[in-house]
Amino acid sequence: MFSQELEKYSWDDTTAAIAAKTAADVERALVTPRPSIDDFMALISPAAAPYLEAMARRSRELTRQRFGKTMSMYIPLYITNSCTNSCVYCGFNRHNKMARVVLTPAEIENECKAIRELGPFENLLLVTGENPRVAGVDYLEEALRVCRPYFNNLTIEVMPLKAEEYERLTHSGLNGVVCFQETYHRENYKKYHPAGMKSNFEWRVDGFDRMGQAGVHKIGMGVLIGLEDWRTDVTMMARHLLYLRKHYWRTRYSVNFPRMRPSEGHFQPNVVMTDRELAQLTFAFRIFDRDIDISFSTRESPAFRNNIATLGATSMSAGSKTEPGGYHTYPQALEQFAVSDERTPHQVEADLRQAGVEVVWKDWDKIFD
Amino acid sequence: MNDKLTIGGREFNSRLFVGTGKFRSNTEMASAIEASGTEMVTLAMKRVDMANPADDMLAHVRRPGIQLLPNTSGVRNAKEAVLAAQLAREAFGTDFIKLEIHPDPKYLLPDPIETLKATEELARMGFKVLPYIQADPVLCKLLEEAGTAAVMPLAAPIGTNKGLVTRDLIEIIIEQSCVPVVVDAGLGAPSHAAEAMELGADAVLVNTAIAVAGNPAAMAQAFAKAVEAGRQAYLAGLGAVSRHAEASSPLTSFLD
Repeated sequence: MFSQELEKYSWDDTTAAIAAKTAADVERALVTPRPSIDDFMALISPAAAPYLEAMARRSRELTRQRFGKTMSMYIPLYITNSCTNSCVYCGFNRHNKMARVVLTPAEIENECKAIRELGPFENLLLVTGENPRVAGVDYLEEALRVCRPYFNNLTIEVMPLKAEEYERLTHSGLNGVVCFQETYHRENYKKYHPAGMKSNFEWRVDGFDRMGQAGVHKIGMGVLIGLEDWRTDVTMMARHLLYLRKHYWRTRYSVNFPRMRPSEGHFQPNVVMTDRELAQLTFAFRIFDRDIDISFSTRESPAFRNNIATLGATSMSAGSKTEPGGYHTYPQALEQFAVSDERTPHQVEADLRQAGVEVVWKDWDKIFD
Repeated sequence: MNDKLTIGGREFNSRLFVGTGKFRSNTEMASAIEASGTEMVTLAMKRVDMANPADDMLAHVRRPGIQLLPNTSGVRNAKEAVLAAQLAREAFGTDFIKLEIHPDPKYLLPDPIETLKATEELARMGFKVLPYIQADPVLCKLLEEAGTAAVMPLAAPIGTNKGLVTRDLIEIIIEQSCVPVVVDAGLGAPSHAAEAMELGADAVLVNTAIAVAGNPAAMAQAFAKAVEAGRQAYLAGLGAVSRHAEASSPLTSFLD
């Protein structure tokens, strides 16, 4: 399990090692055929800032070689905001006074229909809060069953489950699982996640092993940028990815770099990542791992997304609503995070085409599940 | 620094494994083994009179500090291999077994399907299995799941001295492996061994190139140095070959 593996790495030593990287380390990392974790640390370090243009070129070249000039499209569907956790940064925090909704199967179906009206989406991301009492595995299974006829590829972003529960859901059409560790800083994790199931760091971080053991086809990872030193956190995530690739080699992986903005809500981020840094991280990740799917949600602005689309990103959402029932049933409930890109899926498609990128709606078929 | 290699619960200081075939004499073989500094020596069960503890070849191989690695060369399928491994355990008193299943007597290319079957069975029986295989990354992962102690992908067809013909595949194997990767077969010169070690191989196995050299003991020593140099270079982090700068059309001006 990765929680044991993680004990090998000191947070402070990692932070210091990144800070100590030099221009020579960056230059080497840019051309080495098989970049190591040390090379990755050089590429995300402050020493790499002057090399952004060279990194962009390398990242574009590797992305095109592996993925071509394409962008895979997905859309999230929030089916409940009911949550027993009290994550200090999250809109779904149980202490927030807001209407709590658990969509019924009929409502979920209406959402599916409304999404298909928005665009020819085939990749659906089902999202919930964490409240197993009202939205447990039975509920997820039912939700997958309802969505199945409308989409070829179903991914969930829900609380960590047991291996046998993941496996059970794969029989109901589950293809992928997204789970953000939020932070790999074991001690401070507890500060951000003081209560509920999510306060258990090990249960969450070892969830990825359980997904791998269950044979989930695709695993999505991420740290929430704004909690701890992002460079150290993404280095830990890169180590986690290496570990997962070795142990669960039949699985595909994706990463996401969700960053908190200062203006977003009641919680003010401890660290703010600039656009330049987000671009640097994206290029570094691509150079480090040429096969990884790098995903950008509508948290980011249209301008940023249009540009990053040709430089390393390989999947994007569009037209997203981050509240349960947002497409049809309850278009006014409180959202989980603020969306920066409010373009319609067709506008996104047109802009990407303008940038020379082919939009791919379908790249999986349910017969393979 | 501590850079020991661990296979099957045993630690090795030397990352050069040697074979015992094709030598002019057992004496010459013994001096080559000694000069190589190796701690793992493979020998073909078929060459040894297992009923005779005073067998001449065996007497020349047995040294304190050397792990015997009996190999099953000669068997053609998993069933025969399992039987051979059991005999070897009895005769040599070791759980280590180099699994070689080549039904083809000409190129001696390993049968991946029978090798996987035999590995599953032998690992269940408590053997430390080191299978000789094609440089096939998927097969390596399947062997890992079957409980193998290491994988031994070939660099080139055995005995050809051609070097790292399978380099691209070996690189993938090294990147993905959770068990030690020992590059076996086809390494014809110390520079080939150094190259494998620079890539990050955990060890190499050399036989023909040493056995048929003009001076096997001197060649064994040359291989030992190459393996050490390659390992050190790998740990030190190789500098990259630089590429041409590309014409710059700013891709990052949107960030200004």
